[in-house]
Amino acid sequence: MIGLTHYLVVAAILFALGVVGIIANRKNLIVMLMAIELILLAVNLNFVAFSSYLNDLVGQVFAMFVLTVAAGEAAIGLAILVIYFRGRGTISVDDVNRMKG
Amino acid sequence: MSTSANLLMTLPEIVLAVGALALMLVSAWGGQAVTRAVSWVSVAVLIGAGIALIGPASSGGEAFGGLYRADAFAAFCKVLIYGASAVAIILAPRFFTRTAGDDLRPEYPVLILLSAAGMGMMASASDLLTLYVGLELQSLAAYVLASFMRQDTRSAEAGLKYFVLGALASGILLYGISLVYGFSGSTVFDQIATAYSATGQSLGLTFGLVFIFAGIAFKIAAVPFHMWTPDVYEGAPTPVTAFFASAPKVAAMAMAVRVAIEAMGPATDQWRQIVIFAALASIILGAVAAIGQSNIKRLLAYSSINNVGFVLVGLAAGTEAGIAAVLFYLTVYVVMTLGSFLVVLQMRDAAGQPVETIASLSGLSQTRPALALALAIFMFSLAGIPPLLGFNAKLAVFNAAVGAGLYPLAVAGFVASVIGAYYYLRIVKVMYFDDPAPEFHKDGSVAEGGLIAAAAVFVSPIGWVLLAPLGVLTLSAAHSLF
Repeated sequence: MIGLTHYLVVAAILFALGVVGIIANRKNLIVMLMAIELILLAVNLNFVAFSSYLNDLVGQVFAMFVLTVAAGEAAIGLAILVIYFRGRGTISVDDVNRMKG
Repeated sequence: MSTSANLLMTLPEIVLAVGALALMLVSAWGGQAVTRAVSWVSVAVLIGAGIALIGPASSGGEAFGGLYRADAFAAFCKVLIYGASAVAIILAPRFFTRTAGDDLRPEYPVLILLSAAGMGMMASASDLLTLYVGLELQSLAAYVLASFMRQDTRSAEAGLKYFVLGALASGILLYGISLVYGFSGSTVFDQIATAYSATGQSLGLTFGLVFIFAGIAFKIAAVPFHMWTPDVYEGAPTPVTAFFASAPKVAAMAMAVRVAIEAMGPATDQWRQIVIFAALASIILGAVAAIGQSNIKRLLAYSSINNVGFVLVGLAAGTEAGIAAVLFYLTVYVVMTLGSFLVVLQMRDAAGQPVETIASLSGLSQTRPALALALAIFMFSLAGIPPLLGFNAKLAVFNAAVGAGLYPLAVAGFVASVIGAYYYLRIVKVMYFDDPAPEFHKDGSVAEGGLIAAAAVFVSPIGWVLLAPLGVLTLSAAHSLF
């Protein structure tokens, strides 16, 4: 029987993978956007699992809000990425270093 | 409660949202030509939203079944937020016309309005859902603002860094929210507080609290989640930096106070440790890291980290006096910071291009005595030297910390503020005792000059007349939370 704990563990693993994807990734900024998406989906899994466990709709409503906001966030992230690429001609994380100190 | 009563309480946000959407259409059709008009109408919309605060929007209590709260605390924060947003709109046109390449587009004031609507939601949220939506509305607009100068690679890089780290912060906050929801069974602050006060509290609630405070620390740029601040502040266009350093700070602090007091009040002992650590680390790192900076915007970024530390000292007290001190400190901080950034905006070389090095301020007292005096007042005030208002602000937060029995925190913060005084005084020294650098371009606008003068007068000893009314207002605002 798959219970609440299983869902929470999967979500925690996904969340950790997303955070590691942002921190450890040195290659590509697109991968960072994917990692952000992974974090938000891990949170959604949490919300839906809790919602079902508690018999409470709020969690599912929250998940819908998160999905909507995630779409807007991805759109803005890609737009910023495009103007960055136009200016610098690269999307490598190591090159994001015009300012330091 | 009837729908119309609910809507009346949220009137400021409705005014801002409707105004922003209408102006968005105007700017889509009008293009570059309507920039000025849209800017001034945006300021009018902000003033309108401020007027809409009178009445049920500042005293109505709960609206929409506990999702939104209209009280004196929210009203006080919103006045600060709208004021700072209006200043950010007013000081933009001249900066953008001077800077080569990008002219100001009408989307700039529209984005600030949307951001202000989000910040109002953050200050009024009494449910984690409203809090999240308000935070994202503010953040998404801010990401675009940071990268507003599309041809400037530094601006794009600032936007990118802000976006990635801001999204990570939202994710961490959201994970905390999901845990709190799951283990307390609700997203309404009052019911979360009930869950926290229950005996035998679950580990999940503690984890949720830690994640939520980590996310909040990111948003207010408190150490150890501050690393994006200097880069974003340096790279973003100066008016946007002025905006970031003022209004969103107030909104994020208001959100932090609401979560800490209303939702997690019974768990004060748990979050107090986190807040005390963040406060001391911010004060010390903000002071030490600023010493080696040569860029004035970067220096002000570290200054804002330093100041957030002092605000957190007030929050750590967790008492009514502490929250009143937080609000008072934020008021003074917003004026000092906006004043400093207005002076930074006047720093332009002979060709009218912005310069940002501290060295270019050398001998400013001989070339532009009034400007030098204003910046000196802001620096002395930020350093917390009496009789300027920055001293009263620091005194208030330390008083609150002592009142709550947090003696070590007060002493440590006090000592660290002395380190911070060094780099503020260095700027004064550069302006008054170094050989003059090439003179700045002289074409100050009346609006900017007036704003600098008003800010300088506010933090000067003349501002003491405002202490009594501000004290009453902050106390009644703080009282509405308890």
